[in-house]
Amino acid sequence: MTLTTFAPLPVVEEYREIVEDRGYPTVREWKRRTGRAAVGSFPVYSPVEITHAAGMLPVGLFGAGNQIEMAHADSRFQSFICSIVKSTLELAFVDKLAPFDALLFHSICDPARNLASVMARNFPERRAIYVHLPQNMASSGAAEYYAYELRRVAAELGAVSGRVPSDEDVLESIVAFNAMRSRLRDLYALRAERPANLSTAELYTLARMATFTDPLESEPLLADSLRSATTRDARPKDRIRVVVVGSFCEQPPLELIAGIEESGCYILDDDFLLGWRLFRTDVPVDGDPYLALARAYLDGSLHASTKHDLRVPRAAGLVASARANRADAVIFLGAKFCEPGLFDYALYRRALEQEGIPHLFLEFEEKMWMYDRIRTEVETFVESMLFV
Amino acid sequence: MTEHHGAPDHDMTGHHEAPPRESPPAAARRAPVETAKAEPVHYQGRVHELQKELMNAYYAELTDIAKGRSPKKNAHLLIAGNPVELVRAFDMVPVFPEVNVLQIAARKASLPLIQKAEELGYAVDNCAYVKADVGLYLSGYEAPYGTVPKADLLLCNYVGCNVYLNWFEHLAELTGAPAVNIDIPFIRSADGEPSPQDIAYVVKQLEELIGLLERTTGTTLDWKKLQRTVELSAYVGEMWAEIKALTQLRPAPYDAYFDSVTMMAVLYCLRGTEEAARFFETAVADLKERAALGKGPLPEERFRVVIEGPPPWPFLRVFRDMFTRWGAVAVASTYSTVGGIWEFGFRHDPQRPLESIARHMLAQNLCNRTFLQRYDQMARYVDEWKADAIVIHSVKSCRLFSAGQGDMREYFAREREVPTLLIESDLEDPRYFSQAQLRNRIDAFFEALTQRRITAAAAAGGVA
Ligand code: SF4
Ligand code: SF4
Repeated sequence: MTLTTFAPLPVVEEYREIVEDRGYPTVREWKRRTGRAAVGSFPVYSPVEITHAAGMLPVGLFGAGNQIEMAHADSRFQSFICSIVKSTLELAFVDKLAPFDALLFHSICDPARNLASVMARNFPERRAIYVHLPQNMASSGAAEYYAYELRRVAAELGAVSGRVPSDEDVLESIVAFNAMRSRLRDLYALRAERPANLSTAELYTLARMATFTDPLESEPLLADSLRSATTRDARPKDRIRVVVVGSFCEQPPLELIAGIEESGCYILDDDFLLGWRLFRTDVPVDGDPYLALARAYLDGSLHASTKHDLRVPRAAGLVASARANRADAVIFLGAKFCEPGLFDYALYRRALEQEGIPHLFLEFEEKMWMYDRIRTEVETFVESMLFV
Repeated sequence: MTEHHGAPDHDMTGHHEAPPRESPPAAARRAPVETAKAEPVHYQGRVHELQKELMNAYYAELTDIAKGRSPKKNAHLLIAGNPVELVRAFDMVPVFPEVNVLQIAARKASLPLIQKAEELGYAVDNCAYVKADVGLYLSGYEAPYGTVPKADLLLCNYVGCNVYLNWFEHLAELTGAPAVNIDIPFIRSADGEPSPQDIAYVVKQLEELIGLLERTTGTTLDWKKLQRTVELSAYVGEMWAEIKALTQLRPAPYDAYFDSVTMMAVLYCLRGTEEAARFFETAVADLKERAALGKGPLPEERFRVVIEGPPPWPFLRVFRDMFTRWGAVAVASTYSTVGGIWEFGFRHDPQRPLESIARHMLAQNLCNRTFLQRYDQMARYVDEWKADAIVIHSVKSCRLFSAGQGDMREYFAREREVPTLLIESDLEDPRYFSQAQLRNRIDAFFEALTQRRITAAAAAGGVA
């Protein structure tokens, strides 16, 4: 797979294989080196600062991708349930989750919630913590309540690591994640501005690296990559400009992302790994850190299909992103059987049609490994945009 | 939630396998099933008749509102642990999209509505309740039983089901009606109890909701009226709990799945009203009388089962018959607790109306409790209602119910050694009902149970 036509970014080279390695080699290495615990976070958004403040490594759990065969989990979850739910359970059955001392699940959808229960029953030795994310953004009680919920989670995580974080610990971790997320935002801005300088396959690899690396270590790597990518002398190709949406939880294989680009698209914005860069700006570090995280979630975060903010319709958010990025089209790249994603498609389609923005609907599964059909669809779409 | 006996179940075209009427499966031929030979069973009784009357009146009122003949305001809200008492206290009429669309499915009219929504971009894998409701809206809200008024307020009580959030968000965008989410934190405690902070948060939102209802109706809350509504809910809850306890008897005087849905219609749509109280007084008396006479819904109760999951509304009668022919009666069901769990002691409290509504929403309904707490609930049913087996009806639309039911079967069959059957179809979409396959699975299951009994009896006889 060629990610770019010019000098590759060293960090991307280094991590290209690791991001899909379900042996979690870097997590194991971090644990050996520090003697501390690691916590797996099921998507979409997870309050990772708190895991970190409790002295543990927060790690994004993105199912098994196309790395393992399903042998046990599909007898627990039916055929009409998305792949990531089943493959995450499968990882546990084949002991691939061994590096994780606890797991965090969040109120994103019904299958993920039931997965938390099934996981807890089958693997009682690994604490499964369920986090409630607020859905009444307009209530005056939401921030305070969500701050309470985060404190509750801190106590549970503290029981795993043996260290309930102090407010100072949480503030320090917020600082670390602010820095990391700020680099990610810069990288996203660079790609939107000069998409020839940084491919989405590269950006994805970098962002994915940040989901299993201590932010104190990933931030300099991201900063390096940003510098290198910015100074690249890249000539734009004849491609259409698109915004990709729908892959906020289960992740498409990296080859598929690269395939979409190679089929003639510059991706200006996307919702891959969304939870790890959810905040639009830095979380304030003066005052109660839990309240600051709560407010950032309620009032300072990106649109997400699992966050139902009646104040600002998500479809309007998508249209705004397409407009701001001067996108020619939107590609909806949704995970098969992903209920929140598929629901959003109906609203997106309506809004995009009203606005006269062309779009392409694609469905993927993390476990797929043949991309010809999707590539052909994208190529046909691109041709229709460029030449018709 | 009415059963419509006028419409034959085999009337659907093309979307399911033909019923095996000519050649019943071997299992059925061998089994000594009395009811299979008898005349078709008539399930209706006094309770059904009264329910029909009340539901007709309810829909007549909705139609009057929709047609501008009544000045009353309405709120659309969802079944799982809802704050209908507040809506009623404002003299608003609650509209339940779930009840609307399941009735359409029961009349075999859901498919065109589902397809209408799919044309808009809804996926085949989206919950068909939502699609049918969107389709109903696009059809001018004209239903076979009346007209549904457009919402004055979309009151999304987010109790467990995440699809609820999508559903009302879509209605808000499509209809332009004002919408609010009431955020109900999912139960995270091992004992299933909400924390004081959980309760305070929900009460705060209910107070904000009162403000919103005041603005919607242009009136102020009459606290006495709210207390009376909550008192009526408590009274109905008490009677419903009494009714639920009756199926612990042998034979169970009614079917706790198929007959419960009849009562659930009133419990949900009319809870908090005097009419609901009168209905349940009649139901309690009627069912107690049946119990005293030793009467069950079937000529003979041969198997006592717990049924988990919502029913296949488009084929309710056919589905019921599949159990009837084996003399299988549901003595308990999880579906009858989606709106509230009263059988374990919860009652609304008129002295603390908001707090008790909050408790109901947080912890006293199936949907906001964890999947494992559902296992516990079912285990209690098996033990205390003395069931022989569990039937899990896994519906594709509703992942709240179904996601992970394979693990549930594993737990009951392997760890608790309760015979457990897992079957799949849908609650609203007739395309997922495979009649011959379901019947074969159900027949094979009850045949195995029969065999097991014969073996056990022989073994016991041998010892004696
Ligand atoms: S992919 Fe969609 S349905 Fe599956 S767990 Fe994620 S949000 Fe839920
Ligand atoms: S997913 Fe289930 S509970 Fe939720 S709206 Fe659909 S049928 Fe109802």
